Amino acid sequence: MPTLTIDGKEVTVAPGTTVLQACEVAGVEVPRFCYHERLSIAGNCRMCLVEQEKAPKPIASCAMPAADNMVIHTNTPQVKKAREGVMEFLLINHPLDCPICDQGGECDLQDQSIAYGKGASRFHENKRAVKEKYMGPLIKTVMTRCIHCTRCIRFAEEVAGVEEIGAIGRGEHMEITTYLEQAVTSELSGNVIDLCPVGALTSKPYAFTARSWELEKVESVDVHDAVGSNIRVDFRGKEVMRVLPRLNEDINQEWISDKTRFAHDGLKRRRLDRPYVRRDGRLEEASWAEAFAAIAARMAGLDGSRVAAIAGDLADLEAMAALKDLMANLGSPNIDCRQDGARLDASVRASYLFNSTIAGIDRADALLIVGSNPRLEAPIVNARIRQRWLAGGFRIGVIGERLELTYDYDYLGAGPGTLAEVASGGHSFADVLREAKNPMIIVGQGALARADGAAVLDLARRIADGYGMIGEDWNGFNVLHTAAARVGGLDLGFVPGQGGRDVEGILAGAESGAVEVVYLLHADELDTARLANAFVIYQGSHGDAGVKHADVILPAAAYTEKNATWINTEGRVQLGLRAVFPPGDAREDWTIIRALSETVGGKLPYDNLAQLRRRIAQALPHAAAVDEVVPAAWGVFGAAGQTGDQPFASTIKQHYLTNPICRASITMAECVAAQETVQEGTGTHG
Amino acid sequence: MLADQDRIFTNLYGVHSPFLDGAKARGDWDGTAGFMANGADWIVTQVKESGLRGRGGAGFPTGLKMSFMPKESDGRPSYLVVNADEGEPGTCKDREIMRHDPHKLVEGCLLAGFAMRAVAAYIYIRGEFYREAENLQRAIDEAYEAGLIGENACGTGYRFDVYVHRGMGAYICGEETALIESLEGKKGQPRLKPPFPANMGVWGCPTTVSNVESIAVIPAILRRGATWFCGIGRPNNAGTKLFCISGHVNKPCTVEEAMSIPLRELIEKHCGGVRGGWDNLLAVIPGGSSVPVLPKHICDDVLMDFDALKAVQSGLGTAAVIVMDKSTDIVKAIARLSKFYMHESCGQCTPCREGTGWMWRVMERLVRGEAEVAEIDLLHEVTKQVEGHTICALGDAAAWPIQGLIRHFRPEVEARIAAYKNAQVQAA
Repeated sequence: MPTLTIDGKEVTVAPGTTVLQACEVAGVEVPRFCYHERLSIAGNCRMCLVEQEKAPKPIASCAMPAADNMVIHTNTPQVKKAREGVMEFLLINHPLDCPICDQGGECDLQDQSIAYGKGASRFHENKRAVKEKYMGPLIKTVMTRCIHCTRCIRFAEEVAGVEEIGAIGRGEHMEITTYLEQAVTSELSGNVIDLCPVGALTSKPYAFTARSWELEKVESVDVHDAVGSNIRVDFRGKEVMRVLPRLNEDINQEWISDKTRFAHDGLKRRRLDRPYVRRDGRLEEASWAEAFAAIAARMAGLDGSRVAAIAGDLADLEAMAALKDLMANLGSPNIDCRQDGARLDASVRASYLFNSTIAGIDRADALLIVGSNPRLEAPIVNARIRQRWLAGGFRIGVIGERLELTYDYDYLGAGPGTLAEVASGGHSFADVLREAKNPMIIVGQGALARADGAAVLDLARRIADGYGMIGEDWNGFNVLHTAAARVGGLDLGFVPGQGGRDVEGILAGAESGAVEVVYLLHADELDTARLANAFVIYQGSHGDAGVKHADVILPAAAYTEKNATWINTEGRVQLGLRAVFPPGDAREDWTIIRALSETVGGKLPYDNLAQLRRRIAQALPHAAAVDEVVPAAWGVFGAAGQTGDQPFASTIKQHYLTNPICRASITMAECVAAQETVQEGTGTHG
Repeated sequence: MLADQDRIFTNLYGVHSPFLDGAKARGDWDGTAGFMANGADWIVTQVKESGLRGRGGAGFPTGLKMSFMPKESDGRPSYLVVNADEGEPGTCKDREIMRHDPHKLVEGCLLAGFAMRAVAAYIYIRGEFYREAENLQRAIDEAYEAGLIGENACGTGYRFDVYVHRGMGAYICGEETALIESLEGKKGQPRLKPPFPANMGVWGCPTTVSNVESIAVIPAILRRGATWFCGIGRPNNAGTKLFCISGHVNKPCTVEEAMSIPLRELIEKHCGGVRGGWDNLLAVIPGGSSVPVLPKHICDDVLMDFDALKAVQSGLGTAAVIVMDKSTDIVKAIARLSKFYMHESCGQCTPCREGTGWMWRVMERLVRGEAEVAEIDLLHEVTKQVEGHTICALGDAAAWPIQGLIRHFRPEVEARIAAYKNAQVQAA
């Protein structure tokens, strides 16, 4: 534990701490561009130079390990001159772009030049300019502004695991590029926009649309996957302008996936902003009263068994709770939140959670991935796995598709057969799991959304029990969900009651006529054509698959437009806050159901959000422990049985188009196009 | 003046065979096994006592550097890396060693490598040295065949390998950590120090990077004695040195001489004197382009060694002596050096990447005189902003020539500026 003196103040820090980190502990600000806590040390911007007594020249504090009895000064004339010098050098080739640069107002270069710079430049020569580079539809590049901090290179290589950004050339001709001017393929590529300290890499969709000081912000939670990344929604008036990451060491650290970051333009398109009722085969605008009346008319005298409800991937906890209550009042046991047909067992909580927690991946030393493509299903989790893998001593086995992951793995096999081999101890990877101290298994929806899902789940449980994954302070059994609503739905018990139909049963019932009314709550990942015969009530935010055969459309709020709760794949309860109001006549989901309950099924006993939340907390005590993970008790789940031959395949076919918001987003469409064609930049292609 | 029998590089001009037959005739590989039998520590002590200072430019005591290597392995092998990049403008000595007397280097690699408990030596030779690399590789092949290196080096049971790796034409790869990066197959960009190569070098293993000449003289030191080596030159500046004298002399050459030889004697004895006589001398850059230039009045009596040149605010560097007579446009000469550093900057750190370009552009204007007098001071300040603030010494190397120019030839620069102004006025 070295003790050193910084500006006269003594601090003791952990071994391995750098002088810059020690300065932070001492409360002394040291300017920097290339240093970032989560990336390797580059030491090339030279802005962090400080004076160390007995050293012949200033030291780069970001790289120098703190040692006992070091005496550091950060406020001497020498240090001041060094900082001014470096700042002057950075500005000599930096274009005077501030008025047209998106980074203005939140630019490290601006901030540090005011605080540490000279104030005027003495450079009278010509500045160099750099041709624009193409990095994809998400990252706008103005490489003339680049100060070569190499944060983007280090991020792409270390965190994202794609060695696609690099520097070519030498000296002042050094240029950062993607070599062949193709789009960056990583699903985390947008984070370089946050990392870039200047306006060299900015958000292409956000370009020229707003200035940072015009924006208000709200802290919320992402719903595009089940990770529950913490986000900050920036909005101006009634428009969401951009989504940025929020720090959460336990979940997403400082990153968000591209989908989380860029799909928000879909919030403005294909919105359901007023109720519709289908009359004579055509959807006509209606008032809320008319819509509710239409529903009541159709439901009059209907037996509960002929009514069903499906909760989709984006549904919030409050809406599902209200809908469950409504269905109960109607006497219907036909409710299900498992749109993809995953054979998840709602009775044992630990059977459907990511029990190790995302942060827990740091402690694992062996991993078996079954039927999941974490890279596309949960890029943040994938990044965490990669981070652990980089530290060494982490064997990873994959059963399922041959995936392109950002870490090396042993491909064990394609389907349940291999899983059974591992479970029985016949496969060599069983030894890896057995010898590990904290082995983990990740079961994806691809392993469960199939006829033999329950049997697969049973095999996975046996592996967890058999290879020491379940212990006092370690639970290595993990289910990786793809939908933000799934765990909340399972926790609430939004699954078929006694004699109730599951999603497949509901669809079959609708076809046969046994189910007459189907209530879709943000449910679009279904073959809704099978509902053509039924009376479909669609409550959702976008005109997507769900409205195709809808008879009544109830316009609802999207995730940025309501105060709501989502439970992520770890079972962590998180609150999303409202940034903007839903468009037109659209309302918050639970209020729609509460209002409907006055006409159908009987008035629900809550008149405001607080009351509803109290009611939920009664049924789900852990729902009140916001932002925490409450460990779930282990149990027996799954059903032993024959497994099929079919190989496991991820349930996600096109990662950029997994929900209605994404499908309405122009940016996501561009991402799909960039994937499919090799875009050529105009610079080097003549 | 160095006595003939004190020369080490007796085939410097390639008159005799560079290869094993010639090497043996010159006394190489004689008693090598015996030196190794005395032990690694003995060799290091000999080198320390000889007073040998690194011949690559920095002049760090070689024996001390060798002693930094771990005495016991922690599982990682140790390596000797020989810096044969010879990129410093004006330097052409390692070239002569490698093409005319390569066995001195190979034997030196074995002895120095053994002393540092290294498993192999990697000789990083600049890509432009094609024939030199050929000769060197042939010498290595001969040494393997004769059992001098390899599985059982000189019959001592010690395994030592020597490899040649060719560079690709970057001055920056002469910097020890950039050289290590290049050897590993990465871009030749210097690393931060600490950690030092002796701790974390090539492939993360303890490494010492030494200049060709430093390694090549080690067998001679062991053979003739540390005291012998130490007795040549002034205290703290021991031994013989290869000097490369180029420029406005009658007979430019590379010559082995004693350290601390007076510059004037070096030029007059071995190079036929300055073109047009000593009084035609304008300036000398004594140690390769990176060290500040010296005006004639200092050259009159300065000694060629580390300490003497440091005392006059220059440096011995690689002992590449660039002689400039009065026909030289000194401003243009320094501007050309500035252009070199701008071209060779790796681009990693801000002061060098941006600063070398700025310095060159101002220098170009000063050549024409298209500047204000105050810009000379501005330029000087810029060099001070670069010096000491960079990851490697290229920043310092870029700054020093300009500092030397301003220190000793400011009147010339000011005259240039005045002349330009005059010309503008005349034209108007």
